[in-house]
Amino acid sequence: MRGGGLRIYAVIYLVFLYLPILLLPVFAFNSSTIIAFPLASFTTEWFAELPRVPALRDALWVSLKIAVLTALVSTLLGVCAARAAARYRFAFKGTIMGLIMLPLVLPEIIVAVSLLVVFLQIGLPLGSLTVVLGHVLICTPFCVAILNGAFQSLDISLEEAAIDLGETGWSTFRLIILPLVMPGIISSLLIAFTISMDEFIIAFFLSGSEATLPVYLWGQLRFPQRLPVVMALGTLLVLASVVLLTIAEVARRRGVARRGQQDNGGFL
Amino acid sequence: MALISLSGIDKYYGTYHALRDISLEIEGGEFFSLLGPSGCGKTTLLRTIAGFETPDKGVLTIDGRDMARVSANRRPTNMVFQSYAIFPHLTVAQNVGFGLRRSDLTKAEKAREVGAALEMVGLGGYGARAAHALSGGQRQRVALARALILKPKVLLLDEPLSALDKKMREQMQSELRQLQRQVGITFVLVTHDQEEALIMSDRIAVMFEGEIAQLATPQDLYLRPNSRRVGEFIGMMNLIPGRMDRDGSQMIGDIPGLGRLPIVPDLLTDGQGPGDCTFGIRPESMSLVFNGELPTGKFVDGTVVERAYYGDMTYYEVLLDGGTAPVTCSMKNLVSRPVLDAGARTRLAWEPGALIVFDAA
Ligand SMILES: Nc1ncnc2c1ncn2[C@@H]1O[C@H](COP(=O)(O)OP(=O)(O)OP(=O)(O)O)[C@@H](O)[C@H]1O
Ligand SMILES: [Mg+2]
Repeated sequence: MRGGGLRIYAVIYLVFLYLPILLLPVFAFNSSTIIAFPLASFTTEWFAELPRVPALRDALWVSLKIAVLTALVSTLLGVCAARAAARYRFAFKGTIMGLIMLPLVLPEIIVAVSLLVVFLQIGLPLGSLTVVLGHVLICTPFCVAILNGAFQSLDISLEEAAIDLGETGWSTFRLIILPLVMPGIISSLLIAFTISMDEFIIAFFLSGSEATLPVYLWGQLRFPQRLPVVMALGTLLVLASVVLLTIAEVARRRGVARRGQQDNGGFL
Repeated sequence: MALISLSGIDKYYGTYHALRDISLEIEGGEFFSLLGPSGCGKTTLLRTIAGFETPDKGVLTIDGRDMARVSANRRPTNMVFQSYAIFPHLTVAQNVGFGLRRSDLTKAEKAREVGAALEMVGLGGYGARAAHALSGGQRQRVALARALILKPKVLLLDEPLSALDKKMREQMQSELRQLQRQVGITFVLVTHDQEEALIMSDRIAVMFEGEIAQLATPQDLYLRPNSRRVGEFIGMMNLIPGRMDRDGSQMIGDIPGLGRLPIVPDLLTDGQGPGDCTFGIRPESMSLVFNGELPTGKFVDGTVVERAYYGDMTYYEVLLDGGTAPVTCSMKNLVSRPVLDAGARTRLAWEPGALIVFDAA
């Protein structure tokens, strides 16, 4: 069989990547507070405990607030950037687009520390707002990449046809462009939301006293007897992320199919 | 007063001079074609009329109104795009009715208009279909109906048939022509297909490199091209270098292989006099003389070098005795006529008035 070596490598890689995550639900449903094999009995006690922790409810609320804001702002920025990249020619276009995409490859800890220094310097109090700013910075490249695909594949003569039939630039955007890139926008919103929900380092540095869910989780790790609850929460987070990303990809693919275009990738 | 009038239109893309001093007038109700090879600026000129390109110089008026300050969405023109630009997220009816969005018609009236427009292009009953699931020919019709529903003064068409297969294209050519007569709207068609332009147009502007080379009716263009380039671009033409001499009041052409023959004064343009020149003659103006057929006019002997059989016609390349290069001649195939093979001796006759004189190469 050709490519046999590669295939084995891929399987090992996937096992290595996902096995720890698969252990999460295993211990989340295990009745013992000690995270080790052999397993004790099956229980849903840890999940039942989740809503009874006020600090966790607060953290969830903070995370949701931040994720929604981040998704909206970074998608809006993404729409502007993708539209500009697809339609207009301007000086240093390549450099500017490169700089927008740069946070994708910068170490997050560097971004987090730099932002912390800046915010402290300008006297912006740490809290949800500063986390949103940080998250927007790291989410926007993803949004731009997703939306670029959607905007670039739009035939410019569609816009011209609408204008030719009497519409203005703005109504053309609303009636033609927006509906056609909507699957991309939904996909971008969901992915930014998920990234923000799951992000830890920036939130850890910039959240001040308003802990996000991952920051709360981190705090709980100090108490060994709380570990199963952390596992339960982690299970839910992973599940939610997978569901959201799946919806995002389905939305993007349906958009491609609806416009009758070739699928040129995307993130997933 | 002409419906569309362009005078001295210049357009640059950066340093590239895309339109050079274009002046022309298009009458109301005319079927006008812009014909030229790829990259000659046809689309640019059409888009200038539509308002998608701004000329750097010159004046464009439509119906007597200067269009300089009128944006594309306010011009009395509508366009059929080369890609058709059908809105993929809308139904056929929504596409066709798109232009009516801003009109004050009631919903029922709009629906009636859309129905009528679809009927007109032969798509009655297709209204509820999703637009992205149409065939090429159907998209073309939707684009046509969508552009015509606003009853524009001018319909602009950018190579609307180039994406269709040959059969479909021929059918649409006659349908388009019929439609134009029926609605009486001025059509401006861009095409690089000379046959299409000849079939459909009232007048044709031939463009090369951003300039209009000749503007004439199809017959004039075909029979009296004003340059070798136009002659070669429209249909097939033999170009034979030769000399022109004056013989009293008559001009005589001296053509290697064909001999000396008089030139019809009509076909000479101003400034053409004795000296070296190039003679143009269409393949159908020459004919092989078969046994039993009487030659009309002069004839010379030659040998068939090559032939191409097209079913209805056969094209022969004949090397005339005393000629330097073979000439192409087309013959209608009749049951009583044999098809000659390469190497056959034959006799060539030509219409005396068929010679066109161009400047020497
Ligand atoms: N937006 C533009 N920017 C720069 N150059 C352009 C632009 N649009 C057209 N051109 C150039 O102008 C010239 C004329 O283009 P145009 O599209 O009008 O040609 P055309 O006659 O329609 O050709 P085709 O038959 O290939 O469509 C071409 O050389 C083209 O490269
Ligand atoms: Mg063109």
